Amino acid sequence: MKSKVGDHAQSVDNVVTLVTSPGPRIDSEAHLVATLKALPGVDAVGVEARVAKLATRSIKTSAKKEALDLALSMVDLTTLEGADTFQKVRSLCTKAMLPDPRDASVPSVAAVCVYPDLVALAKDVVKGSSVKVASVATAFPSGRASMKVKLADVEEAVSAGADEIDMVIDRGAFLSGQLGRVYEEIVAVKEACGTAHLKVILETGELVTYDNVRKASWLAMLAGADFIKTSTGKVSVSATRPVALVMLEAVRDFADVYGQKIGVKVAGGIRTSKDAIRYLVLVNETAGSAWLSPDLFRFGASSLLNDLLMQRQKLASGVYVRSDEFSVD
Amino acid sequence: MSNNRVAVMKTYKLLIGGEFVRSESGRSYEVQDADGAFIANVAQGSRKDVRDAVVAARAAQPRWQNATAYNRGQVLYRLAEMAESRRDELVHQVKAAEGLSTPDAESTVSASIDLIIYYAGWTDKVAQVLGGSNPVAGPFFNFSVPTPTGVIGVLAPTSSSLLGFVQTVLPPLCSGNAVVVMASEERPIPGLLLGEMSATADFPGGVLNIISGQLGEVAPTLASHEDVDGLDLTGASIEQAGEWARSAADSIKRVFVPRSGDESLSSLRRLRAFIETATVWHTIGQ
Repeated sequence: MKSKVGDHAQSVDNVVTLVTSPGPRIDSEAHLVATLKALPGVDAVGVEARVAKLATRSIKTSAKKEALDLALSMVDLTTLEGADTFQKVRSLCTKAMLPDPRDASVPSVAAVCVYPDLVALAKDVVKGSSVKVASVATAFPSGRASMKVKLADVEEAVSAGADEIDMVIDRGAFLSGQLGRVYEEIVAVKEACGTAHLKVILETGELVTYDNVRKASWLAMLAGADFIKTSTGKVSVSATRPVALVMLEAVRDFADVYGQKIGVKVAGGIRTSKDAIRYLVLVNETAGSAWLSPDLFRFGASSLLNDLLMQRQKLASGVYVRSDEFSVD
Repeated sequence: MSNNRVAVMKTYKLLIGGEFVRSESGRSYEVQDADGAFIANVAQGSRKDVRDAVVAARAAQPRWQNATAYNRGQVLYRLAEMAESRRDELVHQVKAAEGLSTPDAESTVSASIDLIIYYAGWTDKVAQVLGGSNPVAGPFFNFSVPTPTGVIGVLAPTSSSLLGFVQTVLPPLCSGNAVVVMASEERPIPGLLLGEMSATADFPGGVLNIISGQLGEVAPTLASHEDVDGLDLTGASIEQAGEWARSAADSIKRVFVPRSGDESLSSLRRLRAFIETATVWHTIGQ
C-alpha cells in the first residue's frame, strides 16, 4: 500500500485489515459493522477549507471550453416531477441527444433520468443514440416501502429497458444503526438490476454528518454499487461540495483497496456552469483524472444544461446570451 | 471633538440586485472634483459586474412591470422624498462634480427632484396617453397597450451628473423597465448617491442597477449582451454610439440616441423609446 497523507492512509490501512479480497468482501453483519467502524472520522474543518481553497481555481479560455464540454457529457438530464408528461419526457430526450440543435459539436448528455413508468417511452426516443436511460426506483424519493415493493419497482424499470437504476437507501435504517439491513437491500437491488448499472443515492442531506456520508459511501460500495450519488433533489439540502469531496475520497480509497473504480453522481441544486466546473476541479484533485469521464462522474441536473450551453456560446462568440435562447424544460 | 480624529472616507459601491457591492474585479478608481482635487474612491465595475447586473435586472423586471402603475408611481415619488431629505448631500456632490456655484447646484438638484416627481406622475398616465382603442371592422374592442421593453442598458450623460442621470434613468423605470445604468465615468457620485436613496424607496432589488467605471471598457458588454432589450446611448460619443449601436443591432435591441441640440426635459421621446405596443382584441360582450 502506497502511503498517502493524513487520514487517507489511515482509512485505507484500517479497512485493508478488515476486508479480505478476493472472496466475499463482507461475510457477516458484524464484519460490515467492524469495517465501517474502522473508518476514521472526517476532519470537517479540513474538508471545508480544502473545498473553499479549490473553489478559487481559475478555469479560463480553452480549459474552460474543455470543462464545459466535459460537464455537458456528464449530465444526467433529469425530470422527476409528479407533473411529468409523455410530451415533456419526449422533449427532454430529444434535448439530451442534441442539446443545441444549431450546433452539432455540442456533445450529447450522458443519460436522461426519469420515473420508472416513463422508462419505456424514454428508451424509445433515445434509441440508437449514446444517451442512456436512468430510472429512479425503490420507492423514490423516500424509500419508505416494503422490500417487495422496492424490488418490483426496480424490476419494472429494468424490464422497460433502463440502463441505469438510481436507488435510494433506507435512511431511517441507516441512522438507527441497522447497517446490515441497508447493506442487504442494496445487494438485493443490485441483483434485481441484472446488467443495469446501479447508482445508490445516499441522500446526504439527511445523513447529517460527514462521518455518516463516509460510512454510507463505503457501505454502498461494499454492497456492489456502481455509482454513489449524493441526493434525490427532493430534500432541502442537496449536493454540496464538501459532501462530494468526502464521497470522492471514499471512491479513491476504495479503488486503492480493491482496484475497482466506483462512480460518483452529484445531484440537486447544481445550476450554474461555475458550480459544475468547481465540482470537476474537486474530482480531478481528489479522485484523479481517471474520474473525469461520464463513466465515473455525473451531474444530476436539469437547469444546469442550459447554463452550460449559454456559457459555451458566450465563450465562442464573446457575447452574453439570452436565457431563452434554449428550450426550457 | 478634536481635530485629530481619523477621517472616515467613503468608498462608493456599485448597486447590483438591490445590494451595494464592490466590483467583482476588486478594482476601484479615484474620482476628482472639477478642480482636480480628490473626492472619493469609487468601485470600478467590470464586464462581469454588468453580467451580474443584467441577471438581476432580468429577474426583477416582471415584478416591476406587474406592479400597478399606481404602486410604481408611489415608489418613484418615494425616491423623490428620499432625495429631498438628503438634498444637501446631493448639492454638495453636484457642486464638486460639475464645478457649479452653490445656487446653480441648488437649482440643478431641485430640477432633478422635480423631474423624478414628474415621472412618478407619469406611471399611471402612460397607458392613457400612449395607448388607445382602435376602430376595427367587427364586433371587437381593439386596444393598443403600452408595455415595457424589458431590461434597458443606459449610458448616463457624462457631464450632467445628476439631472442627466435622472433624465435618462427615470423614463424607462417609469414605464416598468428594469435598468442597468453606467454612471458618468468622471462624475459618478451624484448618480451613485441617488442609487443609495433608491434602496430606501421600496424599489424591488434589481430594478435599478448602477455600474461605475470606464465607459469604454464596460459599455461594449452592455451593448452586445443579448439579454438586454434596449440601449440608451446618451452618454456615448458619436463614434462610440455608432459602434455600440451596431453591436446592439446583432441582438435587435431598441436603441435610443438623443437628438442633437437641446432637448426639453418633459419630452415624451425618452418615455416612448422603451415602450412596446401590444395589441389586444376582445369581443364586445353583452
